[in-house]
Amino acid sequence: MAERLTDIGPPKYDLFWPQVIKDNAGKWLYHDILEPGVLLHVSETGAKIWSVRCGTTRLMTTMMVEDICKLADQFCDGHFRFTTRNNVEFLVVDESKLEPLKKALKAAGNLPIGGTGASITNIVHTQGWVHCHTPAIDASGVVKAVMDDLFEYFGSHKMPAQVRISLACCLNMCGAVHCSDIAILGVHRKPPVIEHTHLDKMCEIPTTIASCPTAAIKPAKVDDFKSVAVNADRCMFCGNCYTMCPAMPLADADGDGIALWVGGKVSNSKSMPKFSKLAVPFIPNEPPRWPTTVKMVRQIVEAYVAGANRYERLGEWAERIGWERFFEKTGLEFTHHHIDDYRFAATTWRTSTQFKW
Amino acid sequence: MAKKHQTPMLDELEKGPWPSFVTDIKRMAETGKDACADLLGQLELSYKDKEGHWKHGGIVGVLGYGGGVIGRYSDVPDLFPGVEHFHTVRVNQPAAKYYHSESIRKIMDIWNRRGSGMLNMHGSTGDIIMLGAFTDELENIFAELTSLGWDLGGSGSALRTPSSCLGQSRCEFACINAEDICYDLTQSYQDELHRPAWPYKFKFKVDGCPNCCVASLARSDCAIIGTWRDDIRIDKAAVAAYAAGEFAANGGAHGQDVKLDIQKDVCDLCPTQCMAWDGKTLSINNKECTRCMHCINMMPRALRPGKDTGASILVGAKAPILDGAQMGSVIVPFIKMEPPYEEFKEFVEKMWEWWDENGKNRERIGETIQRLGLGTFLAAVEVEPDPRHVKEPRSNPYVFYKEDEVPGGFDRKIEDYRKRHAR
Ligand code: HEM
Ligand code: HEM
Ligand code: SF4
Ligand code: SF4
Ligand code: SF4
Ligand code: SF4
Repeated sequence: MAERLTDIGPPKYDLFWPQVIKDNAGKWLYHDILEPGVLLHVSETGAKIWSVRCGTTRLMTTMMVEDICKLADQFCDGHFRFTTRNNVEFLVVDESKLEPLKKALKAAGNLPIGGTGASITNIVHTQGWVHCHTPAIDASGVVKAVMDDLFEYFGSHKMPAQVRISLACCLNMCGAVHCSDIAILGVHRKPPVIEHTHLDKMCEIPTTIASCPTAAIKPAKVDDFKSVAVNADRCMFCGNCYTMCPAMPLADADGDGIALWVGGKVSNSKSMPKFSKLAVPFIPNEPPRWPTTVKMVRQIVEAYVAGANRYERLGEWAERIGWERFFEKTGLEFTHHHIDDYRFAATTWRTSTQFKW
Repeated sequence: MAKKHQTPMLDELEKGPWPSFVTDIKRMAETGKDACADLLGQLELSYKDKEGHWKHGGIVGVLGYGGGVIGRYSDVPDLFPGVEHFHTVRVNQPAAKYYHSESIRKIMDIWNRRGSGMLNMHGSTGDIIMLGAFTDELENIFAELTSLGWDLGGSGSALRTPSSCLGQSRCEFACINAEDICYDLTQSYQDELHRPAWPYKFKFKVDGCPNCCVASLARSDCAIIGTWRDDIRIDKAAVAAYAAGEFAANGGAHGQDVKLDIQKDVCDLCPTQCMAWDGKTLSINNKECTRCMHCINMMPRALRPGKDTGASILVGAKAPILDGAQMGSVIVPFIKMEPPYEEFKEFVEKMWEWWDENGKNRERIGETIQRLGLGTFLAAVEVEPDPRHVKEPRSNPYVFYKEDEVPGGFDRKIEDYRKRHAR
């Protein structure tokens, strides 16, 4: 057997670049979005590259990758890349191939063109019921249902500014949804149910106790089994205990569902980066097409489109009109769950007589 | 005949204009991939139950690596034997995710022969995620991947796979070579990436400019964000062309017919109000500019970042677990980023040493800094305090002085005091 290779790291980033990028990296002068999904970059040397951006499902088979490879072979000498938001970009060097590529994409039907500029681009998301052990919701199915509904906005530039939607299927937030224009978050609402008969065999009790951020878990003896007890009043349903201890599952058909968050951003442009804020505390899981979630996301998007100035991000709009107005414009209900009661809660309370009727 | 489960609920997700993962997985199942048929079967069950059906991972992996594989088992393996084991293999992506069909086909070939054929393109840290391997295939997959020049990414309490935006390869805004920095860090810290040895995970992300397309300041323990110290470069002819309506606003982001009103769309929205436009000349008071990128985003053909470029380093971002979400805080306002990045790496190693010594188990560096104080951290990494480190100075009056900061120290004699003050 050949010597075992380790620690070689990934292929170098320029290995798969088209020649025009090898020749012009660091020399790009400007870009222009010619139409939704089609970007032109022009170099100081006059060289040009066209990128055609298409949405993908993120969760895909090798057959889907082969579909992409075939198109890349035919129109891009085999070159393509993925963006950070699960879009694929076909890199075109020969302008005469641009229209035929677009035609072929439309014919293929599974790679919609769009996701540039003032669009609603693809949803960054996590695993859901397709792979993870802690989800409160599915990921791919919710994304599919929401993107079907918002499809017209993916391939157009009708938003006031770019809109980034993210989804995470539990509070771990592998998709890091906490700074998105709209975030779809899976939440549990019941404390873990404890399998006392097996807990001591499956878990290390001290690490399980230590895993709880609110110190809700205590050692307990139940019917002669060494186990733990959870103080339900302190539990914030974060699932940390379950990650440490499989004998404490949280998942529950009635307990689990979706919370919607709005107004986050990561860019430094104009206003400071912002966290997303709670808009809808809970929507039940409604597989297979999550109609209430889909409807409420649209409600938020439409209020934003109607009210925001051009170039204003969703969070900038909400702050300008005030959150009291945001709830009025979106028609969403404000409840006691919207008022923070965790550690830095007081920093979010209103401490002024300035507010709107 | 290929295996097939009834999936009436999932079938509903084949409708509608957005690409359907169900349709894609079905066609793979039809080629005889039982893992794909069983994946759909188990997912259908989850749709019925409104609960997932995967068990905790357990420890699986490849020899000599502490991460890169996430164990996953079905909790209904009798119904869906094809996904009894469904481990994830994280394959480290090339920075900025450029591919050539020829090379990626070879990876797909491995995965078709030895795995389920299911993927995430890509995981949220950036890796190619191969979804669904049986334990006894892991070493073979690893051997074939490395023989083709690919390696695993990070998982567990280790350095996670660094990622970057596409930087200078195709973006005119990039102030640093984001991909090279990403690649250099990945290669320099292979041991930290493959052998978890820390209190918890640690992520680097590199953004070429403050637009932060890879969300470094929200999603990485150490964000490297390109910026500049000199003046924004202005092309006067192009400014005139924008004023004349020859170019689309915002690089065409709102359509080719949306033109720019330089006063209203650029100057009035500048957060520091440091721009002026008299109908002919655009001037920028660069000393007051906070390099937010707004004006450059609006007029990419007329404005460019300066030439004295480097990076701002923000440390400590993380998702909410446990104490609430944090964004990165400015630690190094400006650092030159030229290969081999020695100055930056010295900073990184000081930071890791401090965290390794002071961090508690499962504590991200941002939480350690919060617990022990930003001032303590700055001292550990030998950075002088600067107003750029804060939004505003403290408003609470409880300042902790150290003994050596006060003349004469803390040791005093009560007798001396009593000489001056009656009891
Ligand atoms: C006109 C100004 C901008 C230009 C030229 C620009 C350029 C780019 C480029 C080249 C990419 C692909 C990057 C990659 O995948 O590595 C990208 C993606 C992205 N950018 Fe920007 N960016 C701009 C403004 C912004 C702003 C202001 C934000 C944040 C608010 C932002 C957030 C993102 C995000 C989240 C992605 C991933 C998009 C996707 O995959 O669909 N960008 N941008
Ligand atoms: C304390 C917080 C977190 C915990 C306990 C956690 C735990 C997990 C677990 C159990 C998985 C496996 C999912 C599967 O079965 O495939 C996973 C996947 C993943 N996580 Fe996290 N995660 C956390 C936060 C994050 C954050 C903030 C990010 C990124 C910014 C992240 C990035 C990833 C990635 C890239 C994957 C691979 C699959 C995917 O992209 O969906 N995780 N995480
Ligand atoms: S967000 Fe939660 S449920 Fe979803 S993949 Fe991450 S850890 Fe798993
Ligand atoms: S779910 Fe979270 S808060 Fe509740 S007991 Fe478990 S660790 Fe504690
Ligand atoms: S972060 Fe800046 S340099 Fe990187 S792709 Fe985005 S706009 Fe370009
Ligand atoms: S980069 Fe931002 S702060 Fe600087 S001049 Fe432009 S708009 Fe103003």
